[in-house]
Amino acid sequence: MENNFIIQTEKLTKRFPMGKGEFTALKGIDLGLGTGEFTGLVGPSGSGKTTLLNIIGSLDTPSEGKVIVLDHSIGSLTAKEAARLRKEQLGFIFQSYNLLAVHTVYENVEFPLLLLGFPAGERRKMVMDALEWVGLTDKVKQKPPQLSGGECQRVAIARAMVKKPSIVIADEPTANLDAANSHNILQTMVRLNSELKTTFLFATHDEKVISYLKRKIYLLDGKVDKDEIVSN
Amino acid sequence: MRFLLKGLLRDRSRSLLPVIVVAIGVMLAVFARGYINGIMVDMIEQTARFSTGHVKVMTAAYAENMDQVPNDLALLEASQLKADLLKTFPDVEWVSRIKFGGLIDVPDENGETRSQGPAMGIGLDLFSGDSREAARLNLDKSLVRGALPGTSGEVLLSEDFSRKLGVNPGEDVTLIGSTMFGSMAIHNFTVSGTVRFGNTGMDRGTVIADLFDVQQALDMDDAAGEIFGFFKSGYYDDEIAGPVVSAFEDKFGNEEDEYAPVLVRLRDQEGLSLYVDLTSLMGAIIIIVFMVAMSLVLWNAGLLGGLRRYGEIGIRLAIGEDKGHVYRSMISESVMVGLAGTIIGTACGLGLSWLMQTYGLDISEFTKNATTSIMMPNVVRSRITPPDFFIGFIPGVLSTVAGTMLAGIGVYKRKTAQLFKELEA
Repeated sequence: MENNFIIQTEKLTKRFPMGKGEFTALKGIDLGLGTGEFTGLVGPSGSGKTTLLNIIGSLDTPSEGKVIVLDHSIGSLTAKEAARLRKEQLGFIFQSYNLLAVHTVYENVEFPLLLLGFPAGERRKMVMDALEWVGLTDKVKQKPPQLSGGECQRVAIARAMVKKPSIVIADEPTANLDAANSHNILQTMVRLNSELKTTFLFATHDEKVISYLKRKIYLLDGKVDKDEIVSN
Repeated sequence: MRFLLKGLLRDRSRSLLPVIVVAIGVMLAVFARGYINGIMVDMIEQTARFSTGHVKVMTAAYAENMDQVPNDLALLEASQLKADLLKTFPDVEWVSRIKFGGLIDVPDENGETRSQGPAMGIGLDLFSGDSREAARLNLDKSLVRGALPGTSGEVLLSEDFSRKLGVNPGEDVTLIGSTMFGSMAIHNFTVSGTVRFGNTGMDRGTVIADLFDVQQALDMDDAAGEIFGFFKSGYYDDEIAGPVVSAFEDKFGNEEDEYAPVLVRLRDQEGLSLYVDLTSLMGAIIIIVFMVAMSLVLWNAGLLGGLRRYGEIGIRLAIGEDKGHVYRSMISESVMVGLAGTIIGTACGLGLSWLMQTYGLDISEFTKNATTSIMMPNVVRSRITPPDFFIGFIPGVLSTVAGTMLAGIGVYKRKTAQLFKELEA
């Protein structure tokens, strides 16, 4: 696997036990993603988008085949090594934001930096930078329940981006947002992708998201149905 | 740690509720220990005051037949022996007692027997200026009719016994017994009052008289059946009794002389060893019971909290915190919760125990007509001992940690992706 891909899968298969048998969610996926891509896994529910995202995000392991993320073979990582990969190199954005409700906006964004052991002064600067990217510097002391859905998702983006990860994985990031907030969020992500060269990988079936993607990988029944690069 | 503490303080369901649960559990554990300890110690002390002392000195021959109260085998030159004992063991208060049996005869106006009944008597020092014997037996509060003996020749009868004999305070009774030399003893007393102790044995037919009167009646000049020793602390303690026994044997022991004095501890009399051992085990028993109960409650609370926190745990794992770190942080939280709850619970438990120790609960109304064979005090009190200040930390902190550890196993058992799915659900 010598190439410039930061994410590469080869004959990736994932099976889940189901009753007495098995259900195959991914059937021999071959993919390669380079640095700075803004790519989406597109497909209907049950097509295998989230399963593929989980494996690339080192939250799950393949049943067969290879998955290499930033030179790490996901299938052979220990739980600790997988946690370290996520901590240092990956950022996650979820459909339901998943912010820590009792902590302020500032503390939510600061949390990944605490895990990485950054000193307080550096942490403060990085958190404020991240909040500036998403336009939330005036909300630092507020807590998630006091924010709108769009603001919550922007906090989630700031939290994913604060450590400047190589890859951001976003699972249906606009599913709970209205059209205006969805576009706002997506424009923010496009800007960060362009400014920081961070690779964004989405799982989505939302047309609004799809319209912003530079590459669309269509999944159907656990297989790549179409891989389409959007020309500017 | 600051991040953890902030989350803990802000999320009341993670802090306030478990702290309240722990505090209530610890408060109950501390109070229950003090209360049960108080009752058991009081029962032991009540027995000590009436029949065993904390330690008791008798002749070897008397000790062998103690149940029969063989005053013919009593200690001679008892006042000298008492003085020697006081000199050797200045931290023990020594008092002479004579237990005796006999018939109480109530004469009519012609001097003929009107009624008669078997009695067990106790002769104790009622009139010496420094004697605390009347207070020790709580005679003042046990008085039902009449007054305590004020002069030589006056006795107290148990209330039930006096009713049975039909004798009232102010009337004369005759003790018919045997002297320590085996001849018949007949001695007249005046009943000054009646008492009730709430104890079957004591209330059936007890006569309480001054030691000197009994010595005269039974021809026991300067003799005493038993010399009781009471520890200055006011409580029986094996650790004090042990050295006293050894030192006594070194100084007074003489295995060849059956009239030589022997000393026995409270625990070696009247099957009290079980009570003594139970009293010292009570703390451990209560701690175990509360620990198991609280662990189950906190385990459930932890499980519910854990389920509620799957979202938070899932996101922390997704962001890159490893499972061990999450688990350890949960345990750190539980230590903080356990410590806070235990400190509050211990303070409350000690407060309640202090009230119960200071004011007690007067149960004399309930025991007035009771016929129990156990020597129960009229006022039950808690007893605060040094372990009460720290014993709550065992169930408080350990059960919180144990509950969290059990609940937190879910973090390890579930795959990260599973947590992630639940997070999205």
